[in-house]
Amino acid sequence: MSLIMPEREPQIMSGRELLIEKLRKILPATSLIIDETGRRAFECDAFTMHRALPLVVVLPETVAQVQAIMALATEMNVKVVPRGAGTSLSGGSMPLEDGILLVLSKFNRILEIDYDNRCVRVQPGVQNLCVTKAVEGQGFYYAPDPSSQIVCSIGGNVAENSGGVHCLKYGLTTNNILGLEMVLVGGEILRLGGAHLDSELYDLMGIITGSEGLLGVITEVTVRILPKAAVARCILLGFDNVKAGAMFVGTVIAHGIIPAGMEMMDKKTVEAVERFQPCGYPLNAEAVVIVELDGAQVEVDHLANVVRQISQQCGATTTKVSMSETERLQFWAGRKNAFPAVNCIAPDYLCMDGTIPRARLPEVLERMDELAQQYGLSVANVFHAGDGNLHPLILYDASKDGDVARAENLGADILRLCVSVGGVLTGEHGVGVEKRDLMSEMFTEADLEAQMRLKCAFDPAGRLNPGKVFPTLHRCAEFGMMHVQGGKIPFADLPRF
Amino acid sequence: MSLPYLHIRDVADLVEAINSAQAMNKPLAVQGSGTKTNLGRYVAQDQILSLKALTGVTLYEPEELVLSARAATPLAEIETLLAKNNQQLAYEPLDYAPLFGQPSNNGTIAGALAINASGPRRIKAGAARDHLLGFSAVTGRGELIKSGGRVVKNVTGFDLSKLVCGSYGTLAALTDITLKVMPKAETEKTLILLQRTERECLNLLRQATASPHEVSGLCMIPAGQMEDFDQNIAALRLEGPEISVASRCESLCLELTENDLERTLLSEEESKLFWKKIKNIEPIKACDGQIWRLSVAPRDGIDVIESLQSAGLPIQGYFYDWAGGLIWLAIAPAPHAYAKIIRAIVDQAGGHGTLIRANVETRASIDVFHPQPKVLAQLTSRIKFSFDPACILERGRLRAEF
Repeated sequence: MSLIMPEREPQIMSGRELLIEKLRKILPATSLIIDETGRRAFECDAFTMHRALPLVVVLPETVAQVQAIMALATEMNVKVVPRGAGTSLSGGSMPLEDGILLVLSKFNRILEIDYDNRCVRVQPGVQNLCVTKAVEGQGFYYAPDPSSQIVCSIGGNVAENSGGVHCLKYGLTTNNILGLEMVLVGGEILRLGGAHLDSELYDLMGIITGSEGLLGVITEVTVRILPKAAVARCILLGFDNVKAGAMFVGTVIAHGIIPAGMEMMDKKTVEAVERFQPCGYPLNAEAVVIVELDGAQVEVDHLANVVRQISQQCGATTTKVSMSETERLQFWAGRKNAFPAVNCIAPDYLCMDGTIPRARLPEVLERMDELAQQYGLSVANVFHAGDGNLHPLILYDASKDGDVARAENLGADILRLCVSVGGVLTGEHGVGVEKRDLMSEMFTEADLEAQMRLKCAFDPAGRLNPGKVFPTLHRCAEFGMMHVQGGKIPFADLPRF
Repeated sequence: MSLPYLHIRDVADLVEAINSAQAMNKPLAVQGSGTKTNLGRYVAQDQILSLKALTGVTLYEPEELVLSARAATPLAEIETLLAKNNQQLAYEPLDYAPLFGQPSNNGTIAGALAINASGPRRIKAGAARDHLLGFSAVTGRGELIKSGGRVVKNVTGFDLSKLVCGSYGTLAALTDITLKVMPKAETEKTLILLQRTERECLNLLRQATASPHEVSGLCMIPAGQMEDFDQNIAALRLEGPEISVASRCESLCLELTENDLERTLLSEEESKLFWKKIKNIEPIKACDGQIWRLSVAPRDGIDVIESLQSAGLPIQGYFYDWAGGLIWLAIAPAPHAYAKIIRAIVDQAGGHGTLIRANVETRASIDVFHPQPKVLAQLTSRIKFSFDPACILERGRLRAEF
C-alpha cells in the first residue's frame, strides 16, 4: 500500500514560522491550530488508511478570512487542502504535511430560508440533516441523504457530489443545488446561480460539484428544498438467489415505477445486520431487497400492489409491505446500520464504491467472490440496486500481517471489474487518494488531460488539494495553459507532482 | 451566402477537420441538422462542420433507463423509440424551430444538449444537463475525449457532461452521448384556474410547488395570449397513474381554490397538446418582434414584468413558465433590443436574460447572453481556452472575446 503524495517542499516547511505569523494577523487565536497534538486530530478524514500531519490547521469564520488565507497561500506559494466535516471515504480532505488545512466547520449558519422560491442558503459547514431539520416544520426536506448525513457538511456534499439512498428518484447533490459562492485561489470570490434556474454559458456549478476541493473553497451553497411526499411505504423482500433479486429490480423499473429507494443486501450483510440489531430480515434469503415508494396515498398503495405482484413473478420468498411508519423505519433500520453491523463479523472492513449497469449484478457478484477467494478474504455487499451503485465491504483484519495490502489490492481488482462491465470507479464516495491511481483504468491520457486543463483554468499553480483525483498532476504549462516567457514558467524551481 | 461544408464521415475525419481548421485558423460552425443557427451571437464562421453522418442509437436498455446515440441522431427518432417503450426524456426538450418559422421536431440530440434548453417539466425533472450521463467529443484541440459513463451514479473525475450542455459547441464537437431516460407517466391531466389577476395566478402556482402533489408543469398565460383562453390562466399539470392523478387533482383544487374559483380540467389529450404548445413557446409565436428568455427566481417573475412595463418597453406578448421563474417575452424590434433596460431589471432581481430571436445585425452587435461579472467572465474564457485555445469552434458564438 504505497501511496505517493506530492513531495514535501522544503521551502514551505522552513517557511512555516513566517506563515503562522502572517496567519495570526488574519485569524483570531481560536481559529488557528499550530501545536502538534491539536493538528493530530485532523491527520485523516473518514478514509483512515493513510494519514498526514497538516502544516497548520485554520478554522476561519468569515468569507473575508477565507479570502485572506487564500491570498496569503498564493503569495507564499503554499498548498491548501479544504475540509468540511472530514467524512470523505476516499481521502479527499487528507492533509498534506506542507499544506494548510482549511477547515470550514465554523461556517455553520443557515443564512436564509426562502420558502417562496423553495430554496435555502447555507454556509458550507452546516450538516446535511440540519437543512431538513430547519424546514421540515413547513413540510419540506433536502433530498440528498448520504449515510453520514447527521455529520457530513453541505460544503463537503458539494465537493463530493454526494448521493444517498434516494437519488434514483431525487438525484444527487448536483441536481439539487441552485447557487454557490466560492473563494478561488488568490482570494477572489466567484458567485454562481441563485434562486433562479440554469445559468447561461458554461455550467461552472456543474463542474465544481464533485470537484473534490480541487477548484476552490466553497463558502456558501443555495440548495433546493422539496415538499415532503404525502406518504411513504416500504416493501421488504427476500430472494433465494441474487439473480432473482436483480431481475426483480429491473422488472420494477421496466414497469415504469421509479421507487424513492431500492436497496439490496447479500446474505453476509443480512447476517451481520441481524446480529447487530435484529430487524426481521429473512435470514434464509440470499438477497434482501427494500423498496420504498412515496407519493400520494392512493398512488403508493396502488404501486405497492404492483410491486408485490412483480415480486411474486420473480419468485420472492418473502414479501412484507410496511403497514405503519414504525414498520417502515424498522425495515430501513437494518440497511442504515449495515456498515457498523459488518464489524460484528469482521474487525475491519474496506468500503468500496463502484457503479455497474444494474443487469450485470449477478455476474459481478460471482466474479467478486472468486477474486475474494484468491486473496483469502471475503466480501459483504450492500447495493443501491436502483442506480447500480455497489458497496462491497471487504472484510479483513488489520492486525494480521499483509491483510491491509490484500484488502487494498482486492479493492482495486473489484473496481477494475466494475469498469470492465461498463461501470465506473466511484458512484458517490469520490476518487480522492483512494482511487486516484486507478483513474487510468477508466480514462485515457487525453481524457485526463482535458480534466486537468480545467483544473489549471482554476488553479494554474496547482496549489489547491494537489495529489488528489489525478494520478500525476502535470505542470499547467505543459498543457499550454500558462503564459511561458523565454522558457521561464512561474515558480520553475518547484517540484511538481 | 453558402459556406464550405465539411462533411465528416467518422470520428477520424472529425479529428482531422478540427486539426486542419486549427492549422489554417479557419473557425468552424458545428452543425447537426442546422436548426439552431439563429441562436447565439452572430459571427460569420469560415466553414461548416457537419456532423450529419454521425447518426444512430447505439445502445438502449429500457430497464437500465439508459440510451446512447451518435451526436446527430434526430431527436425525433430518439423520442419515438423511447415512446415505444413508454419512456421519455423527462426534461422535455423545448423546440425553438417554430419561433423561427421552421418545421418543429427537426433537431438532433446533440443540438438539444448543446443549448441545454429544457421544457416545462424542468422544474420537477431537472434540465437537459441533469440527463446527460456521459459523452465522447473532439475538443478544439483536435483530441478525442470522453467523460462520464452510462450509469447514473458516477463521481469519477470532473463532470464534463455539465460543461458541454449549454456550451453551444464552443468547447468540443460531440460525437456520442449517453442519456438517462425516464418512464412516461401513465396519464396526465391539467388543471386550469381562471378568473384571477396575474399576480394571484402566480401565487397559486408557487403555492402548488410547495404542495406534495408533484405538479410537473406550472405556467401562467395572460388573457388573450393563447387561443381558447380569453382570461388569465394558471395551468398545473399532474402526471402519474390514473388513480393518483385523480386524487392529487382533487386535493390540489381544494387547497388552491377552496372550490370557489372557476376552473377547467384538460383531458389527457388536451393536456398533451397544451404543454406541447408551451414547450414550443407558442403563446408568443404570433408576435413578430424580438424574443427574450428571462430566468429569475419564481417569486420575482411578476415584478420583473411590471418593471418592464413601467419602463415603457414595447411589449408584444409574454407568458410565464416554471411557476413564474421563466419569462418568455416578445418586444417590438429595435437594434439594441432594449438589452440594457431588460438586463438592469433582471439584475435587480438576480437571474439572466438571453436574446433568443433577433436579426443578424442585432445579434452581432449586442450581448446575446447575459454579461458576466469580471471574475466569472475571466474564468469562462480560461475554460474555453483550455478546450479550444485557438477558438476554432464556434468563434464568437457566446462571447466576442472567444
